[in-house]
Parts: sequence; structure tokens; C-alpha cells
Amino acid sequence: MNITGSVNAIKGGEFLVRETEADSIFIPEEWNEEQLMIAETCTNFLAQHVTPNLTRIDEQEEGLMPHLMEEAGALGLLGISIPEEYGGFGKDFTTSMLVTEKLGAGNSFSVAFSAHTGIGTLPILYYGNAEQKQKYIPKLASGEWKGAYCLTEPGAGSDANSGKARAKLSADGKHYLITGQKMWITNAGFADIFTVFAKIDDDENLSAFIVEKNFEGLSLNPEEHKMGIKGSSTRQVFFNDCKVPVENLLSERQNGFKIAVNILNLGRIKLGGGTVGASKEVITMAVRYANEREQFGRAISKYGAIRHKLAQQAIRTYGSESAIYRASQNMEEATEQFVASGMDEIKAKLKGTEQFAIEAALIKVHASETLDYVVDEGVQIYGGMGYSAEAPMDRAYRDSRINRIFEGTNEINRMLMVDMMLKRALKGELDLMGPAQAVAGELTSIPDFAAAEEEGLFSKEKKYIKGFKKAILMVAGAAVQKLMTQLGKEQEVLMCLADMLMELYVSESTQLRVEKLVGMRGEEACKEQLDIMRVYINDAAENILKSGKEAINSFADGDEKRMMLMGLKRFTKTEDINTIQARRNIAAKLITENKYCF
Amino acid sequence: MPDTTTKIILNPNATAINKEGTTYVINPYDEWYALIRAIELKESGIATEIHLITVGKAEVEPIIRKALSLGGDEAIRIDAESIDPYQTAAYIADYAKSVGYDLVLCGKESIDYNNGTTGVILAEMLDLDYIGFATSIKIEGNSAIVNREIEGGEETDSCKLPVVIACQKGVAEARIPNMRGIMAARTRPLKVVTPSAVSPLTEILSYELPLAKSGVKMVSPDNMDELVELLHSEAKVI
Repeated sequence: MNITGSVNAIKGGEFLVRETEADSIFIPEEWNEEQLMIAETCTNFLAQHVTPNLTRIDEQEEGLMPHLMEEAGALGLLGISIPEEYGGFGKDFTTSMLVTEKLGAGNSFSVAFSAHTGIGTLPILYYGNAEQKQKYIPKLASGEWKGAYCLTEPGAGSDANSGKARAKLSADGKHYLITGQKMWITNAGFADIFTVFAKIDDDENLSAFIVEKNFEGLSLNPEEHKMGIKGSSTRQVFFNDCKVPVENLLSERQNGFKIAVNILNLGRIKLGGGTVGASKEVITMAVRYANEREQFGRAISKYGAIRHKLAQQAIRTYGSESAIYRASQNMEEATEQFVASGMDEIKAKLKGTEQFAIEAALIKVHASETLDYVVDEGVQIYGGMGYSAEAPMDRAYRDSRINRIFEGTNEINRMLMVDMMLKRALKGELDLMGPAQAVAGELTSIPDFAAAEEEGLFSKEKKYIKGFKKAILMVAGAAVQKLMTQLGKEQEVLMCLADMLMELYVSESTQLRVEKLVGMRGEEACKEQLDIMRVYINDAAENILKSGKEAINSFADGDEKRMMLMGLKRFTKTEDINTIQARRNIAAKLITENKYCF
Repeated sequence: MPDTTTKIILNPNATAINKEGTTYVINPYDEWYALIRAIELKESGIATEIHLITVGKAEVEPIIRKALSLGGDEAIRIDAESIDPYQTAAYIADYAKSVGYDLVLCGKESIDYNNGTTGVILAEMLDLDYIGFATSIKIEGNSAIVNREIEGGEETDSCKLPVVIACQKGVAEARIPNMRGIMAARTRPLKVVTPSAVSPLTEILSYELPLAKSGVKMVSPDNMDELVELLHSEAKVI
């Protein structure tokens, strides 16, 4: 990375106040040959080992899931982003995201995989000392040992730092004795290594410990009965004066909460990747069924009502995917910059991820809600068969739901993204004030109707996106001014702002991706992608208008309210397009290809 | 060969397949059986070096590298397009003569044209023995012990090396390329050989796509009269 690059590189959250060049983002159409081979290996692994065994997996057949993890380990899929010195393959973040996406179509297996490679492995990789890494990482990378992560407690879910688990030093000073109860622990049933969070004595903050399954004082409850992801092992883990050698304290005392938060930043964007993989798989199933199922003498894919659903599934998935790979590459580049400035690689990775924590949170929400939409309409397209446990939509529908809950509920993530944005502005890391004041000024000025319209394939969408930014700056700026410190308590307003931010980021990511793609393949080859972009941005404008109105109506009144509502309308104004025809075009392509194909 | 899920589109006068937008894969008989058995023979210390030979233009290179990600020491791309098995075999034979292989494994047929004759023509050109439809291959000393499928059963052959064997199901189990292989594939040599011209023996006059399958008509088991009527008037088989 050259110096100019680092000066100009976009920072996390800056998408709200800065424009991005299409050429600067990474799009999934740019995978190289090696990355495509890795993706194919993932797809073949699922097709041969996972998909034919989904029922056995869901029945939690003894030993099957750990065996599958070992098989994945033998292929190298558990060590994609682990440095080569620890038995991994040292691949970049976007490649590991690609693997997460492809394996995301593996239902319960993908949960076990993600938990192992993410929260099960990364705390040790990122925060462990040399001995800890040497001891644990190569075996986690190969799948010989499986990892789990014990943060949540019965009384401490979203409020993770409030956990009751305690650790105290033994009389001889050689062990920490951990006592406590951890809940919803993924992979617990077969994990060899647990990263456990507990407070030492009366510390204010959590500390983290590496606990092996055979350490004295660790026991497990039976498997939980869950709505979905039934094949994923989920148990309570009990620590009863569990003896953990002092050298197994991870990082420094009281550093646990920071570890938990930073690992979750990564987990969130990864969850986005996994759900996009699942969405694509479900769309493919839905298209195939719609092409085969006949009613009134024709395949149901010939009916507009079904075509609308197929197109809408694809549009939202395409949006999520565009955002995920844009942000992944941003994280990668930020990491490279930190390394170039002399930072240790692991620290740089953490800083790079943290830098884009706002994007990670909004991607988690968008992609998990997209999958829920996709499976819901998937069931609908299957009709009666969608409700039958004999058909695959039943499992897809149930398995999807957890994604809006774990890795921080979508409500927590919505609040986080706004909170982080405002905190960065307060700290002076992000200049929101200047642009917000400029928008406020624009509100009272007369719109320049005579201004020349820019020409070009994407000029309208670029203009709309600029407007979305203004709308958010106006509403957020006014909310901060009006509500001051009360804003944190006005959760409904925060939700509205979060939804607006999310629609902006996904709209912009989709627009930039299609612009870059047209540059690569030409307009004619990207007709459906252009339709996807147009429909997405059209709908986003309406959603932003709705959320903005709701927020403004709650805290403003009189002339000020009227002025802001008028401004909001102006900033979200788009030209009318024929969305029905655009969706028909998108659906026609899916139906011809008989699979998700964008 | 084109991926089996690819939609085949013919050019306007139906004399060639439109290559644009077509994705290609290794012929499964070559990949799953011939290549994997060769890799197994090397893993068990019997084979010392594996060369993967293909005939094709530069666009087939991703396919060769994918094969290399499974195993093999070197790939050779004979830079030519071939129309028929004779031409393919002649190109390969020309190169193979210059090396002198102890064992040549190929798929029993390609699943696009299904000619099933490249191996046998190659054997003839190299003046080697040939065993087709192999279902298992063992090497004992200087001999290949090969089970092959015959009508209604199997036979076991023994043949002195060198030999050309065309492989089918049973010879080996398909493998998935692992990360180590994928990363190594880039570093393994891929030699491009310009062949001396060979003309094919056949000329393809035109292609035809199979007719779209008509839908299946379901008849209730309680309605035999309708079934008989349909078999008589529509299917015209009774």
C-alpha cells in the first residue's frame, strides 16, 4: 500500500460522509483461480459429506459432527486464515469470508464450523502468548481439537460483562479456580478447548481463560432442545472450582471483555457471510422447485406472484453480499496499513476489524434478516411442501432464525452501530458535525432546480445515495441536538437511525459493485444486476423515508418538524421506475439458470 | 469438457458449440479414477512421477491446475484443439514417445462425446497393450493386474508394463482437493507444448440438441380405463 493510498483510505463509518470510488471496492466477481478452487472444495465437501447427512446430523448421531469437523480439518478448511507457522494457510480475510459463505449452506454444520474457527479459535490466536498458541492453535487448525467459547450465562446474555462466573487464585498460586454456569455454549458436547470468561475476585471486568475439557471441575448438561440448528451441540457448561493452570490466563487480567467484543466484531461480519451462503442455497432450491412444480397446467415459476418472490430474494441477497465483501476488503486493507506502520500483525488484524465494527454490525443485521426473508418466502414458494418436514425448506426455515439472536441480537447490533457512529464523531475520529451542519443549512436554502444533472449510467443512483446520506445526517443531527443524552434511552429512534444507515450502506455497496462489474463486463452483460441495483435503491429510499419520518415525528414539532419532513422527502426522492418489470427480468434470469446466478 | 450443468448453446448454423459462458470441468473418468489411482500409486511408493497431459488451448489451464491440486508432479498442455479421438491420441502419442511412460491411465470415455476410443488409439500409436473398462488396477513387479468389466461379469488380466489402461468406476474413490494441494498447484510446472500438426479423421457436420422432455402424465391407480386409453391413443403402444 502506498502513502497516498493510506491517506485516502476510507475509515470505518466514513461511508456516511464520504463518497467511494467503484474501483476501490472488492467485488465477488474478482475471485482469482485459487480462491475459486477453494470455494469449489467447500461446495464439494458439503455436497459429499454434509448435505446427504443432514438428518443424521440433526439427530445428533454420536460422533458424526466431530468427525465432519475432522474431515473439514483434513481438507485444510479449519485453518484458512491461521498463519502457516501454526499449521494454517495464512489466507487473507476475504478468502476466509468466501469459505464461510460457501460452508454457510451447511445448516447445523456451518454453525459448528463457524463457532470452531471463529470464537473457538480466534481468542487464542489473537490474544494467546507464544506458548499458548503453539500448544493449542495447530490442533485447532487441523480439527484434532475442537473449540468452544463460554461467555453467555443464564443472567448475562446481551449484557455480557454482568456475568456471575468468578475465578480465584488457589492457595498455592498455581491455579485459578473458576466457578460459574455458562449457557448456550455451541460445540460444548464435543469441544476439547473452551475459552471461558469470568471475573477474577471482585474485578470490574471479565478475564479470559483457556480451559481444557479434562480439567477437574468442568461438567456439561445434556443437549438443549432447540427450534433449529438441531445438529449443533448446545449445552450448559458448569465450572465447579474448575482448576485452570495460571499460565492459561488469556491475555491480561480484566482484558476479557475487550477480547469478547473484538472477537464478536469479526464474528458478526462472518455471520453475514454464512447467511449469504445459506440464502443463495435456499434461493436455488426455491427456483428449482418453482420450475418443477406445476399448477393450472404451468410451472409455478411462470406466475408473477412467485417471480416477485424469487426476484426479491435475490435482490436482498445480492445487497448483503455486496456489503460483506466491500467491508471485508476494507478490513483487510486497514490491517495492511497498520502492519505497514509497524504494528504487530495480530494487533493490526484486531484494529483493522475494530475500525469497521459499524459495518460489521449492520451487515450482521442485514444479512440475517435477509436470510429470514429468503427462507420465509422459500417456504411459501414450496406451498404445502414448504410446511412438510420431508422437504428441505422446513429445516432452512428453522435454522435461519437463530442468526438474528446470536453474535449480539439484531437489536443490540442496531443500537451499537448508531452508538459507535456517534462516539466516533464525539471523539473527533469522524467528522459528522461539519456535514450535518451543511445539510441543516441546505434545509433552509432554496433548492437549486437549475443545477445541471450529471449524465451517466449511474448518475441517478449516485445522486439518490448522496440524498440518503443527507437524510441520515439531518435526522441523526437533529436527534442528537434534541434528545442530547436522552438519545441512548430512545431505543426506537436508534432503531430507525440504524435501519437508515443499513439501507444506505447496502444501497451504496450494491451501486458500487454493479458499477465496477459493468466496467469489467459491459452494460449488456449486467442487465439483471442493473435491475437489482435499481430496485434495491428504490425500495431503500422508501424505507429510509419511513424510518426518518418515524424518528422526526417522535422528537420534533412545529415548523421545525415540517421543515425536516420536507427535507427528508427531498433527500429520499427518486424517479419512478417500473419495479414489477425489473423484478420480472431478474426472476427470468434465475428461472432460466435454474439457480441463484448473480 | 463442458460442466454437466452447463446449458449448451449451439452457434447459428449448428456446426459448433458456443463456448462463451460455458464452464469446463475435467472429464470425471479421468479425474475420479485415472488421476486418483495414479496418485494412490505414487502415495504407496509404486509410481515415482505423475504427468498430467491434456490437449487444449490456454482456456483449459484452470482445469489442469485443478487436476494438479489433487496431485501430480507436472502438467503438460499440448497447445491444440482436437476434433476427434484420433487427433487427441496422436498429439498425446507424439509427446508420450518422447518421455516413455511405464503406465498410461485415462478415463474409459469422455462424458461429452462418449467416443471411448482415445485410449485404445493411443495404445496402438505407442505400440503398447491396452486394457479397457478397468475396475481395479494393481501393480505387481513389472505387471499390471487389472480387473475389467465384461458383459455380465468381470475378468482379471495380467499385463506387462508399459500399458495403457482406460479406467472406470471402482478404480479409485473421488477426492476433494485440499488446501495444501490447491496452494501447491500454482507452484507445480505446467509445460506448454506446440505439437506438429495432425489432422482429424472425422469432420462434424452439425449438432442437434435433444428435444425437450415432455411432461409426465400422472394417472390415478383407480383409473385403469384412462391409462389404457392413453396408452392406446396418445402413446400408441397398445
